Amino acid sequence: MTSKPIYVGADVGASRTKVAILDGDKNLIGRAVRKSGTDFTATAAECLAASLRMARAAEGDIVNAISTGYGRKNVAFARDSRTEISCHASGCYLYFPQPITIIDIGGQDNKIIKLDEAGRRTSFKMNRKCAAGTGAFLEEMSARLDIPLENMDGLARQSANMVKLGSFCTVFSATEVLENIRHGQKIEDIVKGVFFSVIKRVLEMDSLTAHVVMTGGVVAHNPYLVKMTEEMIGRRILVPEHPQFTGAIGAALYAMNRDQ
Amino acid sequence: MPEEKQVVRKKIAAAAEVAKFMAEYYLELDKAAKAGEPKIAWCTSVGPAEILRAMGFLVYFPETHSAMLGATRMATDLIPEANALGYSPDICSYLTADIGAFLRGVTPLAKAFNIDRIPKPDVLVFNTNQCRDVQDWFSWYGARFKAPVIGIHTHRGVQKVTESHVDSIAKQMQALIEPLEQVSGAQFDLNELKRVVELSRACSDIWKKILDTAAAAPAPLTFFDGTTLMGPAVVGRGTQKALDVYKILLAELEERIRNGEGAVEDERYRIYWEGMPVWGRLSAHSKLFAGLHANVLASTYCNSWIFSALDPEDPFTSMARAYTELFIVRSDEAKEKYIKDMLDFFKVDGIIYHDAKTCPNNSNCRYGMPQRLEKETGIPSLTIPGDLNDLRLLSDEQTKTNVEAFIEQLEENR
Ligand code: SF4
Repeated sequence: MTSKPIYVGADVGASRTKVAILDGDKNLIGRAVRKSGTDFTATAAECLAASLRMARAAEGDIVNAISTGYGRKNVAFARDSRTEISCHASGCYLYFPQPITIIDIGGQDNKIIKLDEAGRRTSFKMNRKCAAGTGAFLEEMSARLDIPLENMDGLARQSANMVKLGSFCTVFSATEVLENIRHGQKIEDIVKGVFFSVIKRVLEMDSLTAHVVMTGGVVAHNPYLVKMTEEMIGRRILVPEHPQFTGAIGAALYAMNRDQ
Repeated sequence: MPEEKQVVRKKIAAAAEVAKFMAEYYLELDKAAKAGEPKIAWCTSVGPAEILRAMGFLVYFPETHSAMLGATRMATDLIPEANALGYSPDICSYLTADIGAFLRGVTPLAKAFNIDRIPKPDVLVFNTNQCRDVQDWFSWYGARFKAPVIGIHTHRGVQKVTESHVDSIAKQMQALIEPLEQVSGAQFDLNELKRVVELSRACSDIWKKILDTAAAAPAPLTFFDGTTLMGPAVVGRGTQKALDVYKILLAELEERIRNGEGAVEDERYRIYWEGMPVWGRLSAHSKLFAGLHANVLASTYCNSWIFSALDPEDPFTSMARAYTELFIVRSDEAKEKYIKDMLDFFKVDGIIYHDAKTCPNNSNCRYGMPQRLEKETGIPSLTIPGDLNDLRLLSDEQTKTNVEAFIEQLEENR
């Protein structure tokens, strides 16, 4: 193991904790994700240990570490914090250095962030108070349909005749789902309808610019959402290699910039 | 571990004078309510208070009481009482909290001033210039107390205030005199009205000067200070006492400017607040912004008690104009011009829109205004969903992240 300077970003989301390690050339050399659980500090530390192993680095190599996300103030090894809005923005801009609109769909919230050609943020929006359009909505629906969350993507792809759900509200949508089950609709058609609802809720938050990037854990685990969104907006969507880690990567970039 | 920022906010010494003024105001009302005289008129916050005062009434403002329910965080538990009576959780949470408190027999006046109940009205007088909810609110109490409810119906969405608007409102104001005489048992005296209007105008002028001190950099006061300091401008306009308190306050703020003393340590960002305060989070929001070196220093809300058109020589017409020229009465185009002037005057870096769920009348972010204004001025904005009184309608964590992210944006784009 050779000693090399590394920069750490920890994104403690309400649902998952992600840690990313960048080397001095901004290469992602280590990463780990865990359920955030109830002890954010311990989960972040676990993620750090796992990503250090992957990066074949030691704690002593860390030049700087920044935390972000819902639990950003609970990360013992972080020297400072930055909001997830800023971190997602810088994480995405690293891979797509151009004017972009970022759609991030997370476990508990989603965001639309706009950047100009210099990577400066021009606006951002977070979802309002409810679960509509977030991972929490998918989780609720998978429970209603009694199918594992990880099977939803595959099921949605099989749909030939999507069922449309009209409601904003998670509880009302659940009622709609039950009604469709009663009427004998196929599960895959309902699941695709659930995906469609997520995308609709997100798209109505803000307008999009020419280049759209999608990130977040929900996107990472359900790539079909990206394909459906592309069909809906009629253009290609950019997705970074590790869509769940853009926040953590952005935090690591702040760690690097602060140090310089 | 990333540390929560230490917050330094400078206290305004004259706030104690304002608090004393408010205590005396409520104690006087309580005494009158118990003695049966002088008579008590309830009035909406931008209602024709001058007429009532000139006719010898003590004037009570339910909105201020309900704001206290919000600030003491009593409101949220009381709102469901009114909901159960058929007043939807989606309508004005001033109304629902206030009626809920009455039904439950509680009031924040008890803890603050040892007053066990709100003063019973002899008459209730509204102006719908702000919303229709005030009329419903007053009607409920009118029925309960068997007291007459009278009022003024103002045009809404007014682009330019014309003579015909002013005439129609002035006539409605004059028409209040007769029923008010019946309640008070005294004759209306025009000279007394002129005297009160003169005092009210003086109060408005000095309140404007107080708020305008925030144009200094660093600003000597914050919007959060303003929301409590405005008490005398709302409940005391038309009295000498309100003026006297404000003279002390203005002197202190001017002194701060001379000494270069800001309300927020190391002020780096100057923010405009559009919409109502979240009463139950005044202190939390004040700390949140101060910790980010951001001063929310000006607002539409605090400026709503500036009535520069008041003219003692022509009391009815000038009152009609003053209470119709108000921001809340106007069209979006007029509102946007107003905000643009404010942004300029106060040298603002960013705008916060508070989208208060239960008050569409004070939530101006719902028809594209933030986007239009940003396009025209280049000044970025953030909308925070919340409410004035109903704390079930906000997420503190989201507000915090939104505000922090907004200030980071301002910082990165410098
Ligand atoms: S303006 Fe809004 S907060 Fe004020 S009384 Fe009307 S509805 Fe309630």
